[in-house]
Amino acid sequence: MKIAVCIKRVPVMDVKFRIAADGKSIDETGLKFDVNDFDLWAVEAALQLKEKTGEGEVVVFSLGPDAVQEQIRKALSMGVDRGVHLKADRVGGDPLSIARALTAELKATQWDVIFFGKVAIDSADQSVGPMVAELLGLPCVSAISSLEIASGRGTAKRELESASEIVEFPLPVVLTVDEGLNKERLPSLKGIMAAKKKPLESKPAQIDGGTLNIVRMELPPERAAGRIIGEGAAAVPELIRLLQTEAKVL
Amino acid sequence: MANVFAFAEQRGGELRKVALEAVTAARTIADATGGGEVHALLVGAPGIAARAAALGAHGADVVHVAEHAAFANANPEAAAALAAAVLKQANARSAVFAASAEGRDLAPRVAAKLGVGLASDVTEISASGDSIQVKHPTHTGKVIATIALTGNPAIVAIRPNVFAPKPNARAGRVETAAPPLDPAASRVVVREMRGGGKAKLDLSEAPVIVSGGRGLKAAENFKLVEDLAAAFGNAAVGATRAVTDDGWRPHSDQIGQTGRVVSPELYVAVGISGAIQHLAGMRTSRTIVAINKDKEAPIFKLADYGIVGDVFEILPPLIEAVRAARAHKG
Repeated sequence: MKIAVCIKRVPVMDVKFRIAADGKSIDETGLKFDVNDFDLWAVEAALQLKEKTGEGEVVVFSLGPDAVQEQIRKALSMGVDRGVHLKADRVGGDPLSIARALTAELKATQWDVIFFGKVAIDSADQSVGPMVAELLGLPCVSAISSLEIASGRGTAKRELESASEIVEFPLPVVLTVDEGLNKERLPSLKGIMAAKKKPLESKPAQIDGGTLNIVRMELPPERAAGRIIGEGAAAVPELIRLLQTEAKVL
Repeated sequence: MANVFAFAEQRGGELRKVALEAVTAARTIADATGGGEVHALLVGAPGIAARAAALGAHGADVVHVAEHAAFANANPEAAAALAAAVLKQANARSAVFAASAEGRDLAPRVAAKLGVGLASDVTEISASGDSIQVKHPTHTGKVIATIALTGNPAIVAIRPNVFAPKPNARAGRVETAAPPLDPAASRVVVREMRGGGKAKLDLSEAPVIVSGGRGLKAAENFKLVEDLAAAFGNAAVGATRAVTDDGWRPHSDQIGQTGRVVSPELYVAVGISGAIQHLAGMRTSRTIVAINKDKEAPIFKLADYGIVGDVFEILPPLIEAVRAARAHKG
């Protein structure tokens, strides 16, 4: 089975971001980066699928500047067979441009499954996976939280608002992975050593300008500082009063 | 004069609230860009046409309706092909989807078919003349991007519960839409729907959310959170990632960086310390109440009203007091 996984390098989010001097991007000084959470679950799903079928290859793709090779190495250290770096120093804000650049590379191979994470936690578009499926003419199931694949067909669960759906699909297919499908494995020491010798090919990506332009980035308005209104059950009447008269939500 | 397309979601033959939000947002764009027509698309099982009137009442001039047994559940392949066809036929200059589970699956396919980008999870739209700009929270809500859409059509997916439905009576003329792909021939098929009864208020639609964390100590103590939600009457129950990871609640209840992002009128955090991943999912709530035993918990930096103390001591009288306040209000 031939399995592709597309992953993204994203900042670690537990910081207060600063806007760069251009006013429309993030100042990356001092930020730490990792593989996008959902993409780690996509890598894990791919590895489990290969292990279950007992044959095949898992290849990871990442679009971006040279720094993304760090995230590709992480995936290799988890057990992915080889990596492809699609080099682009500026990626821009249009998910369709990204989808086209990935598609240009992915279409050269007949994949059985192409995995994505459901959403990148930085750009928060949740669009590239279904767009790639559309451009490749493949079926797509997005945001899956369970997965069974056997004999060229699959079944997955998708969480909806207060409901879920059980979806059946044929291979080849594009799947995007939600939280809850699995827990990603940690790279072992052996895996980290092996990853250094695994193939990582870097090639230029073709990325167009797209039709979405980020004109500005800003920090959201700060909330007013929090207020503690009291301690224990004795504070309940005051809370009720404030909810009724000040917040007017009760 | 620029026409605007809106995709109207339904589930189980009933319009979802996001359908009215999409039509309302489309109406706003149409009025701001020269007063074109709003063309809604409604797909569903036979009989769904009866729901078209509500779309007309919220600003749709035309409701394109496709009824087919294979549209009873989500059918994104056939629906995307149909949406792209209706968009073109209606000469729509822009299009509005909901950034819901269904909309976030459907809209990217339609955008890719039409060769344009998609602005997703949009919280604000400003349209004038020929230009559309939107706001889109990025980096778990810690950054707000303003995006100009230069494609034709300009496609947006709006965050649920942000664009309040506004009655605005228009003709709502029903036209039958012919799907370019046979809905029964889709490769991806929904075999089963679980849950989703009307009785349960969803997190994305609830004006009030009561959420529980590890401070509740055990799964069975979530009863207190449920009781408080029931006392409010219009509340849904949420949870932190720690709680869903432990299996106390389903993953779909998780609010935070990798879960749901909500902005209700009132968010009550019970036994939640306020990890940064959780704050990412609820920081835009209008009013935040926090109840936690640790007065240094980060949630208190965000909470409009904080109570320090034992949730097991505070919740029972709070449930009673909320019940009493609601009963008094009648």
